[in-house]
Amino acid sequence: MAPVATPFFFYLLSGIMLIGGILVITRKNPVHSALALIVTLLAQASIYLMLYAPFVAGVQIILYAGGIMVLFLFVIMLVSIDRSVKERQFNSQWIVGMIAATALGGLFIAVFMKGKNIFPEHALPVIENDNTQNVATMLYGQYMFAFEIASLLLLVAIIGAVVMAKKRI
Amino acid sequence: MESMLHITTLHYLVLGAALFLLGVIGVLTRRNVVIVLMSIELILNAVNLNLVAFSRMWGEVHGQVFAIFVITDAAAEAAVGLGILIAFFRNKETVNIDEVNLLKW
Repeated sequence: MAPVATPFFFYLLSGIMLIGGILVITRKNPVHSALALIVTLLAQASIYLMLYAPFVAGVQIILYAGGIMVLFLFVIMLVSIDRSVKERQFNSQWIVGMIAATALGGLFIAVFMKGKNIFPEHALPVIENDNTQNVATMLYGQYMFAFEIASLLLLVAIIGAVVMAKKRI
Repeated sequence: MESMLHITTLHYLVLGAALFLLGVIGVLTRRNVVIVLMSIELILNAVNLNLVAFSRMWGEVHGQVFAIFVITDAAAEAAVGLGILIAFFRNKETVNIDEVNLLKW
């Protein structure tokens, strides 16, 4: 099925994502930041749908917006934020940080100016129907070793998080 | 005008670069560790957007598989990072990154 009004939805969703991102890094209250980040993640999931990646979009919603962000909100509840909301919001190296970020932005603009013509005008056709099957075949076939390492990484992360958050080991 | 109305890979890459930059600004300037971790999530999402956009450009799913690996890493990183944050808060009663200076000489 050909997508309808792609430019409109692209600019709408990128606007939502960028506004959400700006809110994430400017709000005082971490809860507001987390809510803005959830909006950004959901808009990004819609952009994945526009890129014919429904499986990644579903994983994004379930795992990111549903899992990781709930973890964040739990931790915000555990640590008391009353004091930090009233304090200065930017760290002592923020001037150096802004200089470094501006340099990175300049690098991005330079790369954009130099390389904007190397991308093909029209993308190659994709197989729309069995995206999930293709991803699964790749994940359990060609990338099986990486998949196993990822599961090991998750095990290590779980044990690490429990050990780290435990009062007495 | 033609390039505005036809969405190419480049548009997605520019959006990813903008998100990456926002995340970098958040990591380098904010003082609250929770918001720094959220900014890292923004950076990882920008990378994911690039991966999926390239996957669309080539008409393959390799990029999407990598995006799933990046999401796995983000979950692991968030779990460990928030665990460290809880341990830090228990010791110092603060979430300010300026006070994480035990290893400073």
